[in-house]
Amino acid sequence: MDIHLNGESRYLEKESTIAALLQELKIRSDQVAVEVNLHIVDKQDFASRQLQEGDRVEIMSFIGGGAESSLSVTEA
Amino acid sequence: MIDERLTIAGHEFKSRLWVGTGKYKDFVETQKAIEVSGADVVTVAVRRVNITDRTQENLLDYLDPKKYTILPNTAGCYTVDDAVRYARLARAAGVSDLVKLEVIGDERTLFPDTAGLIEAAKILVKEGFIVLPYTNDDPIVAQRLVDVGCPAVMPLAAPIGSGLGIRNPYNLKIIMETVNVPVIVDAGVGTASDAALAMEYGADAVLMNTAIAGANDPIAMAEAMKYAVDAGRLAYKAGRIPRKLYATASSPIEGML
Repeated sequence: MDIHLNGESRYLEKESTIAALLQELKIRSDQVAVEVNLHIVDKQDFASRQLQEGDRVEIMSFIGGGAESSLSVTEA
Repeated sequence: MIDERLTIAGHEFKSRLWVGTGKYKDFVETQKAIEVSGADVVTVAVRRVNITDRTQENLLDYLDPKKYTILPNTAGCYTVDDAVRYARLARAAGVSDLVKLEVIGDERTLFPDTAGLIEAAKILVKEGFIVLPYTNDDPIVAQRLVDVGCPAVMPLAAPIGSGLGIRNPYNLKIIMETVNVPVIVDAGVGTASDAALAMEYGADAVLMNTAIAGANDPIAMAEAMKYAVDAGRLAYKAGRIPRKLYATASSPIEGML
């Protein structure tokens, strides 16, 4: 089945939970937040939450940033 | 001098210098600069995990959670909805209930959209967040943010990353005098004297990123900022002499020939 993962389409061979997807991607679950179809999924539900065809999944974490919006700033 | 600790909503902080983690050469430099600065609050941004390249290292592996309070920001958010969404994601990722709330109004100045900021702050405070809003140097807006439940305010000294220093010291002073919560001067610091000045005016802390990360020698500048914030704080506590137009002799006249 196909899902949208962080803005890109991704094919999953079999049914998958969020925990399984994170494991497949080698992403530690302790420092991420996961949103499915604009709803944040509690960490404790990662193992039980099944992904569905067409789900829009966002896996978010922290990067360096400070007083600036480093991704959208227009440098003077 | 023994100074009282800065406390915000039950969180106690050792350092009055807070630093960002963006724009460094690599994580080793980030880590070193933060360590030298003595800061115990570090800001981070919330972004998509890089799915395609999993060899990339994770910033949080370089920041000991026992040593530092991680302060996620909503940098890059231009709407109330986005800022609220990013704040919720940050909390869900599990570092803390603290959020440095940014609702940016314009790409060129990165000035806050203060109407959106107050609205977003209201929503997040109701959801139990400890909202530290990045705001303009406007005393009325600062008070409104306190009114909706922000336990501190973070007015800018100058536009983010501009290095212009404190552009409106009088407004900042009014904010410090009128709000009954800690004031953290955030953004616009260019060099050590700017940070010292902010503290001399009575700021409770200063937050900066580019002034350190963008310096020729970030590690040395991190150290300079530590001294500047300490010196400024000491001078504020000590109480400066009034400015006078004419001289006042320091040496006595008695005993002269």
